[in-house]
Amino acid sequence: MNRTVDLVVIGAGPAGSNAALIAARAGLSVVLMDEQPSAGGQVWRAPWPGLNGRFSSTEARQGDALRARLAGSAVDIRLGRRVWSITNGFRIDAVGPDGNECFLAPRLIAATGAYERVVPFPGWTLPGVIGLAAATVLLKSHAVLPGRRTIVAGCGPLLPAVAAGIEKLGGEVAAVVDLSAPWEWLKAAPDLATRPELLSRGIGWGLKLLTKRIPVHFRHAVKCAEGVERVERVTLAPVDAAGAPVAAGQVVIEADALCVGHGLVPGAEVTKLLRARHIYDRLRGGWIPEVDGFGRTSVPGLFAVGDGAGIRGAAPAEIAGEIAGLTAAHEGGSIGHQEFADGAGQLCKRLRSLDRFSDAAASLMALRPAQVASIPPNAVVCRCEDVTRAEINEAYDAGARDANQLKHFTRCGMGPCQGRMCGDIAAELLAQRVGSRPTVGHWTGRPPLRPVALDELIGAFSYDDIPIPEPAPL
Amino acid sequence: MTRVLDLGVVGGGIHGATIALFAARGGMDVALFDRGPLCREASGVNAGTLTMQMTRVALIPYALRAHAMWASARQWLGHDVGVLVCDGLSLAFTEREAELLTFRAGKRREAGAPIEVVTGARARTIEPGLSDKVLVAGHCAVDGFANAYLTGLAYRRALLAAGVQVEEMTPVLGVEPEDGRFAVRTPGSTVRVRRLVLAGGVWIEPMLTWLGVRLPIKTLVNQLAVTERLAPAMRTVIGVASGLLSLKQYPHGTVVIGGGWQAIGDRERGGVELVPERLVGNARLAGYAIPALRAARLVRAWAGLEAETRDALPAVGPVPGHPNAYVCGSVHSGYTSGPYIAHLLAQRILGREPEMPLFPIERLLTAPNATAA
Repeated sequence: MNRTVDLVVIGAGPAGSNAALIAARAGLSVVLMDEQPSAGGQVWRAPWPGLNGRFSSTEARQGDALRARLAGSAVDIRLGRRVWSITNGFRIDAVGPDGNECFLAPRLIAATGAYERVVPFPGWTLPGVIGLAAATVLLKSHAVLPGRRTIVAGCGPLLPAVAAGIEKLGGEVAAVVDLSAPWEWLKAAPDLATRPELLSRGIGWGLKLLTKRIPVHFRHAVKCAEGVERVERVTLAPVDAAGAPVAAGQVVIEADALCVGHGLVPGAEVTKLLRARHIYDRLRGGWIPEVDGFGRTSVPGLFAVGDGAGIRGAAPAEIAGEIAGLTAAHEGGSIGHQEFADGAGQLCKRLRSLDRFSDAAASLMALRPAQVASIPPNAVVCRCEDVTRAEINEAYDAGARDANQLKHFTRCGMGPCQGRMCGDIAAELLAQRVGSRPTVGHWTGRPPLRPVALDELIGAFSYDDIPIPEPAPL
Repeated sequence: MTRVLDLGVVGGGIHGATIALFAARGGMDVALFDRGPLCREASGVNAGTLTMQMTRVALIPYALRAHAMWASARQWLGHDVGVLVCDGLSLAFTEREAELLTFRAGKRREAGAPIEVVTGARARTIEPGLSDKVLVAGHCAVDGFANAYLTGLAYRRALLAAGVQVEEMTPVLGVEPEDGRFAVRTPGSTVRVRRLVLAGGVWIEPMLTWLGVRLPIKTLVNQLAVTERLAPAMRTVIGVASGLLSLKQYPHGTVVIGGGWQAIGDRERGGVELVPERLVGNARLAGYAIPALRAARLVRAWAGLEAETRDALPAVGPVPGHPNAYVCGSVHSGYTSGPYIAHLLAQRILGREPEMPLFPIERLLTAPNATAA
């Protein structure tokens, strides 16, 4: 089944939902797809139905408002769809409850969000160690604690958010381990204060940790996690501003869970697959598609918005989504030039007013090169294929100079996570030998965009239906 | 005075790298140029199949010897390319396919491939993972596969150990004949060589224009896909009568699905994009042959270029009008036969009589000013 529409939006988070809403309101026929069972993205994930609103939060309320707006719109919302193929022009194939669906559209907005970065350390693959962003999913969507006694480690705003979330559900936070120093937060404070509502939430989290007397280890990183069946204890070590360990005392803390994350990586698979131009931007999380002020990539008709186009957070994502949706509507001929210019002009101004906050938050989460440089040789970098840092070093010694060659030499990134977990770190490790991230590049975008079971792809068929091409010459 | 090398090879795939290796071991000073890293086009992204049952009849004698070379790669190359020798089965699901298979197996057997046509029941004892839909199968004990993405790593080590000047990431901009030598121009320098080999796969056509020779090469863009690691589901290399499926499970558990279904792309842009319905068609054929694969998840698909001449036979031999210039490539199922055929040309370049005939290119040339058909 092929259906032609004016616009397909992939990702129903703040960016994609708002893009779809504004484009549909302007008169385009819009299909909005997401792999999750409900809209909202990661930040506004819908709480599990059985929770019946018992653990309400600002984010849940914001998400509910968005879901209500979508429900009242003309947007054709397709949830539980895994987009696996996109080809130029555009043809979008997705598997879902009704098998494979195919949509054709002249315009496509990729609003695919981000995934989290964990800078590896020995023991990060033990059961009980999860990402900070993963912890927010457990807490927000399922009201489930990561463990009985949890260490929360890493950097950026997710750190106090997760610690406070655990406390809120009645869990125990054994320690908060922050790569940053207190003055880095203070330095960011004036910029963070440009969005007082978010700063005050952050301060609220901080106060909560203070009143509960939770030990906070600033300028520390997890050195290793140990345990037999699962994590039992975590060793911390002090680090310098760049994230490198400094020779001083270690701290060992017992815990049965460790939530650790070092920022977010843009999920730019769609734009990579379609061969749009990308640039490396450390502040924005890594490789991002080159976009203009309207979210247009170098591929005609292809837009990229939200964290997938560079880490900025939810509020800028909403506005960037609206700008792209409006632009798509204008290009599609459903709104006139003046209406577009007025609308987009105002949105662009609002977007700029959020820059200071986004930059400050993003800089707290940006990758610290010295932290990567200090990954020990025995630490697993690619957890799907068990590739260690030492093996990446050996690949460099054997001649690997770019990301794709590294993949061939080691199988790093060839597993079912499709290189999402290890890609940024593996490239950074190679770049530290080769000289620069642009030289090392990134893994070529390949379908399927998500792993997809053969059964889902091929469905029910009879042998005669297989369009077997002419035999090769004898 | 500028140093003149004995041999310059343009193109660091399986053909160019093999010639460079044997020439260097034969005592020549050799430089090998590639615009990218070694073996990262067809030689590194193909399905790695080492089968007789997809090989053209005329190439069977070469492929048999090449298979023996692959099987002993550790000895002559010095490094493992993950080669595994196993049984191969080519399947027929319909009466028409059974006819095609029996005919083709007969022709290949005449050419020396030990292929035996067996019943579906017998095929299932050879490959317990096989579907019960198989009517007959071609069975060949000379089959197997390599891990194609390791080719570059293995050759690179061997070439450096043999003293070859390996010039990766070095595009050759042009070649000028001068006084019986060749000036090989790259962005950084010009290298002078006494002998020249053009081994650029699908890029042989533009390379030959440097010498004023026109040899049309068709570019095939083959789709491939790989599953995540699975529990053992199969132990043989599986193909089908038409040749449009290749299937094998690697020791680490992944299953590579190929067969030459065509993607979108060309010589200039590479494999631009995969055609989803062809990916589905190829996957259906795979799931039909080995039902256990239906539960597997596909994690990656890609496209690789393959060169094909007008008669789909190799272009391997001297370049007419240019003594000491040679071309090597466009070998159908070239990964299987490549090392042996390139080895033959290396013998010729070293002044020896090749063990088997080369594939002179005069038959393929069009007039320099003629437009392409």
